[in-house]
Amino acid sequence: MGFACIYIPDFLLQAVVRGQRSLGDGALALLGGTPPLWSVVAANSAAFHAGIQLGMTKAQVTQFASEAGVPDSPARPPQVQICMRSEAQEQAAHAALLDTAWSISPRVEDTAPDTLVLDLQGLTTLFGSEEKVAQELACRIAKIGLAARIAVAANIETAIHAARGFPGITIIPPGEKRRRLGSLPLGVLTAEPETLDILERWGVSTLQALAALPVLQLSERLGQEGVRLSELARGARRRSLLLAQPSASFAEEMELEDAVEELEPLSFLLGRLLDRLCVRLDARALSVRAVYLRFELQPSFEKDFQVREEARKKPEPKHYRKVLSLPVPIRSSKTLLKLLRLQLQSDLPPAPIQKIRMTADAAAPRVTQNGLFAPAGPDPEKLELTIARLAKLVGQGNVGRVHLEDSHRPESFRLEHFAASAEQSRRGTALLWPRKPSATNAIAVGALRIIRPPEAVRVELRNAQPARVYFRGVRGEVMAASGPWRSSGDWWQEDPWQHDEWDLEIEFSSPVEAQHRCAPSSQEVNLTASQQSPPCALYRIYFDSLRQSWFLRGIYD
Amino acid sequence: MPATSLATLRSNIEAHLHGRVASPFAYRQCNVFHLVSTGVPQVDALTGGLPRGAMTEICGAPSSGRTSLLLAALASRTADGEVCALVDARDSFDPLTAAASGIALKKLLWVRCQNIDQALRATDLLIQAGGFGMVAIDLSDVPAKIVRQVPLNAWFRFRRAVEDTPTILLLLEQEANAKTCASLVMRLEAEEAKWTQVAQALLPVPPATTPRPSCSPLTHPVAQLLKGFAARAEVLRSRIQIPEKHIIDIRAGTQSRAHRNVFETETIWSK
Repeated sequence: MGFACIYIPDFLLQAVVRGQRSLGDGALALLGGTPPLWSVVAANSAAFHAGIQLGMTKAQVTQFASEAGVPDSPARPPQVQICMRSEAQEQAAHAALLDTAWSISPRVEDTAPDTLVLDLQGLTTLFGSEEKVAQELACRIAKIGLAARIAVAANIETAIHAARGFPGITIIPPGEKRRRLGSLPLGVLTAEPETLDILERWGVSTLQALAALPVLQLSERLGQEGVRLSELARGARRRSLLLAQPSASFAEEMELEDAVEELEPLSFLLGRLLDRLCVRLDARALSVRAVYLRFELQPSFEKDFQVREEARKKPEPKHYRKVLSLPVPIRSSKTLLKLLRLQLQSDLPPAPIQKIRMTADAAAPRVTQNGLFAPAGPDPEKLELTIARLAKLVGQGNVGRVHLEDSHRPESFRLEHFAASAEQSRRGTALLWPRKPSATNAIAVGALRIIRPPEAVRVELRNAQPARVYFRGVRGEVMAASGPWRSSGDWWQEDPWQHDEWDLEIEFSSPVEAQHRCAPSSQEVNLTASQQSPPCALYRIYFDSLRQSWFLRGIYD
Repeated sequence: MPATSLATLRSNIEAHLHGRVASPFAYRQCNVFHLVSTGVPQVDALTGGLPRGAMTEICGAPSSGRTSLLLAALASRTADGEVCALVDARDSFDPLTAAASGIALKKLLWVRCQNIDQALRATDLLIQAGGFGMVAIDLSDVPAKIVRQVPLNAWFRFRRAVEDTPTILLLLEQEANAKTCASLVMRLEAEEAKWTQVAQALLPVPPATTPRPSCSPLTHPVAQLLKGFAARAEVLRSRIQIPEKHIIDIRAGTQSRAHRNVFETETIWSK
């Protein structure tokens, strides 16, 4: 039926308070403008009550604030907090407001940074009456940290003026717009200050008074602007919504008064940013696919500040970037925070952080349909967290799934990030009926245990074949040998290889007098040839023709 | 104690634990496990399979077939669509033979550790995460002296963590260390290796005037090829009740349950 207008009063203040809740408790004034000509651009009622006025310069406000702290002052006003206006916070708040509006209606007009208009057509079947729609809107806007005024009317301009003029939720039934808008001051109209000034001098202070003026005479004195204002005052002006396109970027920013160096306070701030982002994404039924962090670091005074003869140059801020890529879209801010912490624990920024910008790549949430008989795999979010913890434990490149490369070079594989796919097992009834091995794969493959890195061995040859092998402090007699099996490649590259491989059955002499030798791991002493070594074992060794040395490749087990 | 007071006591305890413990007095058979194939029929016949929700130890010396059995078990699980994890204490896993064994590498999470401490902590993380069909810990290359120093409560904690879950916990080592924490303990021993000899006809026959070389072609190593090796598996301890067969094959004759069995392995190029 109608349109709903969302208006955020004191939008500049609310945007700053949204980033730092504690600022909203007392008197607060915002400074803005071109430096060094800062002046008060916004203040809350407590600050006005304390004596702050719009347009006061920074020096005046600072002096005012310092006088407020003087105990001997006769009329000691409450202490006023002074903050700088933050365009980044305003953009983030506006983006969050748009996301919330889109979560209710797909047709939204971005009228002003503090004003949005929604088309409510068809929503009553979803939410109920228009009042319930407005209440749902107010509730969702409160979740993103803003306090809004909401008005519902059949006319777009009427809804805008009502939202600007009346607190809370206002519903204007059809036919009552002129009566309801009549008491509102002219300030709710979007008009030139000079025009409003003229009307004020004429004694027209309310919309009702403006609506009562004859349109023809008004147009003779104020032109088309006067006609437009008259239509607005009567609620007769009609127009269509200019629909805004849903944005694909989700970003939140936070500027810190005191630079942060430690991980714990940084985690707290990142948690707040993630909460805000996840609420916005949740409103649009989206999940996070990747998180991009950009830290603006505090410049180092000794290194970066350069005094020049012409002028002092302000040092350029340094940035530190981090990317968290997720194999599956995740919506839980707690899981995302844990993953970010694990990443940052091993790689903290090199300098204190004074500004954080977090951007999220959105994706449709994953749809998982577990089969009735297919085995359930690990939960993707838990798995991602576990892999991050494993990576922190054993190293980033030491956990994942193997991908064999198309090469004959030994050890041609790489580790990829592991993600459990949602494919169901072909044998859907595997859990009910245990799989019976077929006759074709009844024989297991003889596995080879690889020695990494390959160990150097000493080989005695007899008739061009290995007869005795010395490694790990023990001597073994070769009982049977197969080889040499030559493999080579990459001769056209910088790192060619040429190996002559042998499969050997080696018998260690008994009793074993193994000499203890430190293994690659400093915690362990290599006792491969234990006191009860097998009589025979199967090994693979190779002769590196380029390095002219023998190495132990692995053990058949 | 009179029966009425016993019944009252029992009902009081059940009422007190209601909502927290289901059927506190119901006897739960601990030895009933859901068994799955190891991938090697001879070992399946010996043990019944690998138990879910329990720890299995496979111990043996080098070249005794432990890793081959591990790869067969992983192939069996990944072929059924289960996600498995391998904690490799000394980074010994060979992806090539693993792929040849039939392991779906996309379903295997490989954790490459440098020492036993990392391996145990990684195992803890994986078991706590849950959802894995099998978590295998390969301590084969860790000296037995080091593994013996692992406190028993660590193995007990692992066993308790996988209880009541479908996860198979498989432990490979040189000797059995988990004591009673393992529901199935197997020892493998190396049997003979199998070598094939290339047919003499494939080798060039030297002319009669050429003096015969001192070493016969049959003994020349080029003519030999490692075909595979055999391994003997022995059950040292088992708390698994193998389900009895209800259909008796009269042609099979009387069969007693064996405690050891031999299985063959073959190299990749012999398949």
